[in-house]
Amino acid sequence: MLEIRNLHASVEGREILKGINLTVGKGEVHAIMGPNGSGKSTLASVLAGKDDYDVTAGEVTLNGRDLLELSPEDRAREGIFLAFQYPVELPGVNNTYFLRTALNAIRAHQGLEPYDSFDFLKLVKDKIKLLQIDQDLLNRPVNEGFSGGEKKRNEIFQMAVLDPKLAILDETDSGLDIDALKVVANGVNALRGPERSIIVVTHYQRLLNYIVPDFVHVLVNGRIVKSGGKELAFELEERGYDWVGQDAEVLEPVAA
Amino acid sequence: MSTSTESIEELANKDYQFGFVTDIEADEVPIGLTEDTIRQISVKKNEPEFMLEWRLRAYRQWLAMTEPKWPNVKVSPIDYQSIVYYSAPKPKKQLVSLDEVDPEVLRTFQKLGISLEEQMRLSGVAVDAVFDSVSVATTFREKLGELGIIFCSFSEAVKHHPDLIKLYLGSVVPYSDNYYATLNSAVFSDGSFCYVPKGVRCPMELSTYFRINAANTGQFERTLIIADEGATVSYLEGCTAPMRDENQLHAAVVELVALKGATIKYSTVQNWYPGDKDGKGGIYNFVTKRGKAMENAKISWTQVETGSAITWKYPSCILQGDNSIGEFYSVALTNNMQQADTGTKMVHIGKNTRSTIVSKGISAGHGQNTYRGLVRVNAGAEGARNYSQCDSLLLGDRCGAHTFPYIDVRNQTSKVEHEASTSKIGEDQIFYCNQRGISTEDAVSMIVNGFCKEVFRELPMEFAVEAQKLLGVSLEGSVG
Repeated sequence: MLEIRNLHASVEGREILKGINLTVGKGEVHAIMGPNGSGKSTLASVLAGKDDYDVTAGEVTLNGRDLLELSPEDRAREGIFLAFQYPVELPGVNNTYFLRTALNAIRAHQGLEPYDSFDFLKLVKDKIKLLQIDQDLLNRPVNEGFSGGEKKRNEIFQMAVLDPKLAILDETDSGLDIDALKVVANGVNALRGPERSIIVVTHYQRLLNYIVPDFVHVLVNGRIVKSGGKELAFELEERGYDWVGQDAEVLEPVAA
Repeated sequence: MSTSTESIEELANKDYQFGFVTDIEADEVPIGLTEDTIRQISVKKNEPEFMLEWRLRAYRQWLAMTEPKWPNVKVSPIDYQSIVYYSAPKPKKQLVSLDEVDPEVLRTFQKLGISLEEQMRLSGVAVDAVFDSVSVATTFREKLGELGIIFCSFSEAVKHHPDLIKLYLGSVVPYSDNYYATLNSAVFSDGSFCYVPKGVRCPMELSTYFRINAANTGQFERTLIIADEGATVSYLEGCTAPMRDENQLHAAVVELVALKGATIKYSTVQNWYPGDKDGKGGIYNFVTKRGKAMENAKISWTQVETGSAITWKYPSCILQGDNSIGEFYSVALTNNMQQADTGTKMVHIGKNTRSTIVSKGISAGHGQNTYRGLVRVNAGAEGARNYSQCDSLLLGDRCGAHTFPYIDVRNQTSKVEHEASTSKIGEDQIFYCNQRGISTEDAVSMIVNGFCKEVFRELPMEFAVEAQKLLGVSLEGSVG
């Protein structure tokens, strides 16, 4: 599925990812944990193709296809979905219209007929039921005036509609109270399946109580310093990141 | 920011889609402007004496006037003596139906996607098509005639309804109003006239497509719409023009008269040739549009301005009668080297008058976009209310947005609100759309259409669709 080899990336000449190696198999859920500034969000952005980052070395393939040569929109059409840490507001752009445009762009890429509004609405209503989301969300402008929780829920809702092969959740738990966290986690769990891989990027272990990962990786200073099963998350919660960071280089202060 | 900006630059360089010239024999007066030119125009149009006198009064006034210098635009000097002031396609004979219209003319309309036959058959829109300066086709007149609605070319109205013309011509925009309106009053060639009698609700959208065609022909349209007491009418105006190298002057005048309890809705989609990406060519669009609303009447202007090299235009409302309402909804887009100085004037005279202004300015490329608006509340306008909202959206870092709101309040009981914002299409917004599989071009179009939503909502359905497409085309602009 997703294969990352020796990935180096920098922003404005400063190296943030210093050789990431990671393999995510079909249907697996991987958690990437790490202290602030370790490069977690950078990894998510680089995979999605944000052009603020320069990939200086390494390779990334999705089902054998070189991902790094694709534009962000083509990566999305190939099945990569990023749930943003800070979802962007698009004032005046209707949420349903936005999603239908997105889904039809993806379908066109796959050689499928576009959905008309009727079929699309039916699809959307099914997903809404699945995720227990307020229907009112559909007719509002994308993320405009949404609460933090609504924004995150909207991300998961988009994920449900766009049906990606690989979903990357970037700090989806940040800024959520425990109830909102549960709703979002339940949504993600409902979307788990043998065909979909998920990468959960998080600072805290608490999200992983609800989205239980198959694998946990600890990212410190741009490198994965430790990998293990779900129990690794509990260990981190108890002992902190310093414990795994001992072998790694001294942390440089880097923006998250 | 490499990839997205490059592709946007590419899009910005797309050619004007509607650039073509129709080859039609034109009946013109000699180049330049003198009293003789005006007499010739009047003779060619078979006008009654009062009309000629009015034109001459305007001309004499104009000679003593100078061009306004206050607009925030750079204009190369206009040589008014190098303009042909009248040009009409030569009618072979009197036209009864569309079949008799010059096929070349019909083909031109078809290229623009506004086939008259289609419109007559399908949409129920009566079209008074202005080709250059003379109306060549007027439709649905009989149906409208049954309701007593007069919808015809201005010249016909001068001939057949001189009393209405005498009563209302210049009653909202006097011939001495401003440099361009005065010039128009002297030389106007044709335009549209509409009268809706007392209590009649016009059953269809009235629509005129303007088109500038013959080279070197300034276009001086004159439109007069009168809604008698309790009448309602919605009028659509839309335009595109062929590609030209030299600048073309367009100085139109539109007057709206809404009598007691009447409603006039006037919608414009303007897409005249904006010039190429270096600013060569393009239309100079200097328009005076104003409406007068009597007691309980309502005038609503909606405009989508995407064309012209220079736009200078302030559709305004004189809220004369008590409880009258004025509205102005505007989208103005400037790309490449386009400049726009546009807005409105709301003059509150009557008691409890209300006005709403929603202005959306979009600047891309090197475009300069200025909102200029006046809200004036006179001493007698007890309880007047105004709400203004001016939003600017910038695409890229070489364009400009400017706002000049003038507020002049002379009554303590009135309430005037003004809100303004300036924003930029962010890389973050584009990336967010890209990440959902949406191309940069579609993302920009979507974000801009979202920004304009409050205005598009005011347009009649078929116009709203056209306006959105137009923005997509014109807008393929730059993001930085």
